[in-house]
Order: sequence, then structure tokens, then C-alpha cells
Amino acid sequence: MKKILLACLLSLMSLGLVHANEESMAWDKAPNKTNDLVALQHGAKIFVNYCLNCHAASYMRFNRLKDIGLTEQQIKDNLLFTTDKVGETMKVTMDPKQAKAWFGGVPPDLTVIARSRSGHGGTGADYLYTYMRTFYQDESRPTGWNNLAYPNVGMPHVLWELQGVRRPIFEKVEAHEQEHEVFKGWEQVTPGKLTPQEYDQAVGDLVGYLQWMAEPVQNTRVRIGVWVLLFLLGFTFLAWRLNAAYWKDIH
Amino acid sequence: MANFKEISPNAPLGDKFMNWVDNRFPATKLYKEHLSEYYAPKNFNFWYFFGSLSLLVLVIQIVTGIFLVMHYKPEASMAFASVEYIMRDVPWGWLIRYMHSTGASAFFIVVYLHMFRGLMYGSYRQPRELVWIFGCTIFLCLMAEAFMGYLLPWGQMSYWGAQVIVNLFSAVPFIGPDLALLIRGDYVVGDATLNRFFSFHVIAVPLVLVGLVAAHIIALHEVGSNNPDGVEIKDHKDANGIPLDGIPFHPYYSVHDVMGVGVFLMIFTAIIFFAPELGGYFLEYNNFIPADPLKTPNHIAPVWYFTPYYSMLRAITGEMVNVLILIVLGAAAFVFAKTKLSTVLKGAVVVAAVLVSIMMYSIDAKFWGVVVMGGAVVILFFLPWLDHCEVKSIRYKPEWHKIMYAIFVVNFVVLAYLGVQPPSHVGERISQVGTLFYFGFFLLMPWWSKLGQTKAVPDRVVFHAH
Repeated sequence: MKKILLACLLSLMSLGLVHANEESMAWDKAPNKTNDLVALQHGAKIFVNYCLNCHAASYMRFNRLKDIGLTEQQIKDNLLFTTDKVGETMKVTMDPKQAKAWFGGVPPDLTVIARSRSGHGGTGADYLYTYMRTFYQDESRPTGWNNLAYPNVGMPHVLWELQGVRRPIFEKVEAHEQEHEVFKGWEQVTPGKLTPQEYDQAVGDLVGYLQWMAEPVQNTRVRIGVWVLLFLLGFTFLAWRLNAAYWKDIH
Repeated sequence: MANFKEISPNAPLGDKFMNWVDNRFPATKLYKEHLSEYYAPKNFNFWYFFGSLSLLVLVIQIVTGIFLVMHYKPEASMAFASVEYIMRDVPWGWLIRYMHSTGASAFFIVVYLHMFRGLMYGSYRQPRELVWIFGCTIFLCLMAEAFMGYLLPWGQMSYWGAQVIVNLFSAVPFIGPDLALLIRGDYVVGDATLNRFFSFHVIAVPLVLVGLVAAHIIALHEVGSNNPDGVEIKDHKDANGIPLDGIPFHPYYSVHDVMGVGVFLMIFTAIIFFAPELGGYFLEYNNFIPADPLKTPNHIAPVWYFTPYYSMLRAITGEMVNVLILIVLGAAAFVFAKTKLSTVLKGAVVVAAVLVSIMMYSIDAKFWGVVVMGGAVVILFFLPWLDHCEVKSIRYKPEWHKIMYAIFVVNFVVLAYLGVQPPSHVGERISQVGTLFYFGFFLLMPWWSKLGQTKAVPDRVVFHAH
């Protein structure tokens, strides 16, 4: 029994190693758009249209979108597809069983996805920005799509119409007496509705939205923090002078 | 019963009121004993801020905790969502939650610094042994409190961290599996575990913690504070029996501590408002993924404040147990050959060593890892009887003792760092050496603390007016 467990463990570890090698794609730096209301609104539109069909954001309420400058009426008219109440959270109607059959698993909730994906490669936004821009066609996969930032991903390239179909170019490089495949760039197979620049811009907006949605209060927080620190600076200065006044007579 | 004190009918209303109270409850007496007439040495330095700061953080944790409990749901299917509800829908909930999560780490920072202060200036030496022991018990409670609180957000790290640590208990021979089952209340970490951890986190442990803090302070005020010189200020009193080098805690140290509070709060709030995750150290990224019993994360690491002990746990491999057996047998041989104990006692030591060695050889290394991890904390309790140096304060200890303390700190930080990292061969070797040093530092202290030339301790405290 112990041997079997050990063997399982070893094979898992070797799997992990392969996995680690495949994940070596460096993350691109995502533009910070959490203060750009136009970009956030555009990102919200892409999110609701493309992501929310399979992914939920079940801790995020529609009416929170008022924070990025939308009115309740605008939210109702343009962004409510799954519910008619703006106070509802962003749920998804897809049946988990079907999701499993189609994608091999239930697509993760996206509310705090930008916070959870941070790591040594950069912020969660950097990861998402890279991930959404590195899909390629791969006939060996059930969905026909694969991804460089997340190899063997279960999700198909939902934005393919916008980006078009691309193929990664690898170059064989010899290092340490072993051949490695090094990613060299992309080859556009069929054009998308957007130019590569426009596509990057759109993904940037979407990622900005995801980043904002992960913590809607993040910019308010920083703004309040400045005042709190200014107050504490004054407080500490007074405490320091008060202390000096008292300690004057201690010799 | 104390004498009923009469007061002039013409006295001011405030005085009358206090007299009424004092005849029924020792309010003024307590105020004097613990604040206005508690004489503390006047030469406290930077290191003496961390006692009052620990108390401040305790209050922050209790008050924010009360508000979190109003909105949190201790139920496996709702816990994660209720934390996000607090972060999004509860007015100012995000602030309360960040104060509590940052407060947890801040607690360990100030407590570690507070403990190190005690270590440096010999604050655990006679007559302050009980102050130190109460303090160590507080530290133990704090660890339990932090560990159980960390499960509550029900993220991946919460879940798997608890799974790993509770599974350690199953390594205890004979009763292990039942013990782990008792702690979990289930065969895996689940709703039952969450409920009992919640109960312990919000009521049982805090109750003990607050009681111990009271005992810690009462014991301290009974014997009086130590100081950076390790000089007893009570040895030199004036005609009224007041220590010559003592000053009333209030107002001198209350205004002093308020200044410390100001600086501390600036750092504390800067983290809360500008970097509440602190690069994944205060809030781990993986913990923003809801707990999934079917998906084990690649790398499970406890939060930073537990990592020195976690490193020691990981350091105890089968190979390392053999090293420990050699050390135990070597120590027994030394006792047998070189000490002047009676033959019966020597025989008992050798028999005990052989028995321990047999146990170490036959029981799984994982269990000894748990013993070492627990021992690393328990050993602190014995510090008052391990330090045999002539002087209390590091200021007057031999120069090379300072190097020992410096290595101790570096070693502790290195162990903490290695505990965060995924396991590696080099890391394992370093943490094994680090573990041996950590225990050697304490267990050999009765001998090494006596070596070297101490400096002359002054009669009175050294103080330069500010």
C-alpha cells in the first residue's frame, strides 16, 4: 500500500514538474484601468456579453456598477440578461452538469478572480491580460483551443471573433545539451473583427473591469487612506510634543 | 471590611461620587496601583513600546471581531460568500475585515518583538518568572486563535492549511487518528470543523486570552518592570518608599505610549489602506478561491507567522531522527562519564535515553516533527531556569553572547523564510541545521550562558534626559 501511495505521489510530483515547465510563459504587464470609467464601462459590457454566459460573478451585484458611472436605467437597459432586478448578483443559468460535460468542470466564479491569480509572475490582472491574449487553435484539445498562459485549459477562446485565429511560432533552441522550444511570436491565421491593437485595448478594458470587480472599494480605500495618514501624522506630532513636555522634568 | 470613609458634605460632587464608589469598589486604589502610582523605570527604550501595542492590537481584534461576527456565516456553503458580503455589501465592512486580517499579522509582529525584548534584557529572570510564563501561555493561545481564525474565510489556503495541520495530530501513536477525528468532527475538514473552530475562535480562546493578559499585567505590577539595564529599581528607594529611578506610569509612560501608538497606527493603517494583502503575506492569494476538498493546491504554506515552526516540522525527516537519536545517546553517555550524579541517577538517565531512542527509532518521523514543532514553543517556558548568566541584560553580558542572540534572530528569520518556500533539498538541510541551533541555543544555555567575562552592572539605571 505504501509503495502504491509513494508511486502515486512521485508520479504526481513529476506531473507537477512538467506542468511547471509548461507554465513558464512570462506574464505581460496589464495596463491599470481601475480609475478609467470609460474603460471600466466598456470592460463591463464585454464581461456581461462574453463571460457571464458561463462564468458567474455571484458576489457582485449589478447595481454596484453605479460605482463606475452607470445609472440604474442604463444597467437595466444594457446589461441585465439573466435577471430583471438590479439588486441581484451576477448569477449564471448554465447547468453545472452540462458545464462538466462541455468543459470538463464548472467554470470558476469570476468575482475575485483577479485577486486570486496573483503570484510570482505578477498581479492577477497581469495573468488575466496574458491569458486572454494567448489562445491558439489546437485540434488535439476537445474544444479545439489551447492557451500558452494556461496550457490545456478547458475554456475555448470566447473572444476569437474579435481576435481572429492565431498560431504561436516556436523556435528550437539548444541549451544545456537539450532541445527546448522557445516561444517567438504569433502568426495571424485568419483576421478578427479587431486589429491586434484594438484587441489588446479591449482585453485591457475587460481585465480592468475584472480587477475593479474583485474589490470595488479599492480606489476609495486609497483615497480615504491618505486622509487617515495625514490625521495620524498630526496626531503623532502632537503626541510627540506632549510627551516631550511631560518628560522635560525627568532627569 | 474596609473602613467606611466619610467625606465632607461640602466636597465637590465628583469627590463625593468617587468616595461613594471607593467605599464599595477599589476604583481609586486600582487606578493608583496600576497607573498613577505604578513606578516604572525611567530608562525604557524603543523596545518597551510593544507591550502596550500588543494590548492595543488585542482590543482592535476583539472590537473588529465583534462586528465581523454580526455578518459572518459559520457554515461551509456560506462562509466564503459571507466574507465577500462583508467586503462588498456591509457598509465599512471592508475596513473592519482588513483591520482584523492585518491585525492578526500585526499581533504576531508586536508580540515577537515584545518577546525578543524580554529575551534581550532578561525580563524572565527572578522574580519575573511568572510574568514570562503567563506571556508564553498567551503566545500559545494566540497561535491557537490565529490558526482557528484562519479557517473561517473558507478559502483554499484556509481549508488545506487546516487539513495539513490537523492531520499532524494523527501522527501521535495509538490515539492519533481518533484525536484528529475529535478535532475535525469529521473524517475531513468540513462544516463540523468550521463550526467548532468558529466557537473556539470567537469565545473560548479569547476568554482565556483576556484572562491571561490580566494575569500577565497583575504579575508584572506585583514585581515591577525590568529595564534595559536589568537593574532592580526597588533596591534604591527614597524616604517615601518610591524607587529613585521609577516614575509614575501615568502620565509619563501613558503619553510615551500614545506616541508609540501614533507611529504604529501609521504603519498599520498604511497597510490596511494601501496594501491589505501585503504581497500575499497577510492575505494569501489562494485564499480568494473558495475551499475545494477535491483540489489540493500545489503548494500549501501556513501564514508567515507560523513558518519558523513549520520549517522545523519539515526538517524532521527519517534521517534527521537518526541524528537526534545520536544526540540523545551522546548526551546520556556524557552524563554517565562526566557528571558527579549518584550511580542510580546515572543509570536512570541512560535507561531513559535508550527508551527514548527506541521510541524515536520505531515511531514515524512525522510524529517527531510534531514534537519538535510543539517543543520549539514549549521550550520558551523554561527560559527562566535555563539562563545562568550572572547578569540579566544583554548590555552587560559577554560580547560573544550578543553574537549568539544575533545568530538566533537570523536563524529564526531564515527558518521563517524557508517555511514559506516550497520544499527543496538545500532548504531541508538548512532548516535541519537551523532547528538544531534553535534547540541548542536553549538546551545548552545553562552552560554557555555562564561562559565569558560579564561587564560591571551599574548600581542605578543609565538614563540620559530626552
